[in-house]
Amino acid sequence: MSDVKTRIDELVKTNKVVLFMKGNPQMPQCGFSARAATILTHLGVAEFAHVDVLSDPEIRQGIKEYSNWPTIPQLYINGEFLGGSDIMMEQYQNGELAAQLQD
Amino acid sequence: MMDPARIQEIIESKLADCTALIHNDMGDGEHFAAEVVSSDFDGLNLIRQHQLVYGALGDHMKSDIHALSLKTFTPAQWAQRA
Repeated sequence: MSDVKTRIDELVKTNKVVLFMKGNPQMPQCGFSARAATILTHLGVAEFAHVDVLSDPEIRQGIKEYSNWPTIPQLYINGEFLGGSDIMMEQYQNGELAAQLQD
Repeated sequence: MMDPARIQEIIESKLADCTALIHNDMGDGEHFAAEVVSSDFDGLNLIRQHQLVYGALGDHMKSDIHALSLKTFTPAQWAQRA
């Protein structure tokens, strides 16, 4: 297993909720990352782990291979890849995201 | 820069029974939104559905497409929607 894959494994397995994003929740650097962080906040997830891929080029590339997903942001809950901001929005609107967060 | 018609052509050529509607509301040739209908989506969760579309676009996702907002539908879901 490559080092970056090990790092990502650790991040998603030791944190219940992890958002890989551009910037941070207070100062997102991309509209899609901003939307993802806002959804989590709206759902009452007061504290979630986040990784700013702009400050970590190795993760920025590695996470795309890890999930076979070409874009940022990416959300992981309980170690599982949940999707990007479109899926987050869809599952926020239909209630599935709130249900996943309660498990 | 990418022409919306070209994106449509690529997606429709790689997915079964596929209709793709591509929007480039900002008119910049880089930020797109797409609604994609395909029978390949039957039985797949949203992640797998979106991965099929990203996979069809391949390296375009790394180069000329900066952002692609996706909504995917099975033919049955699309019929209900209208």
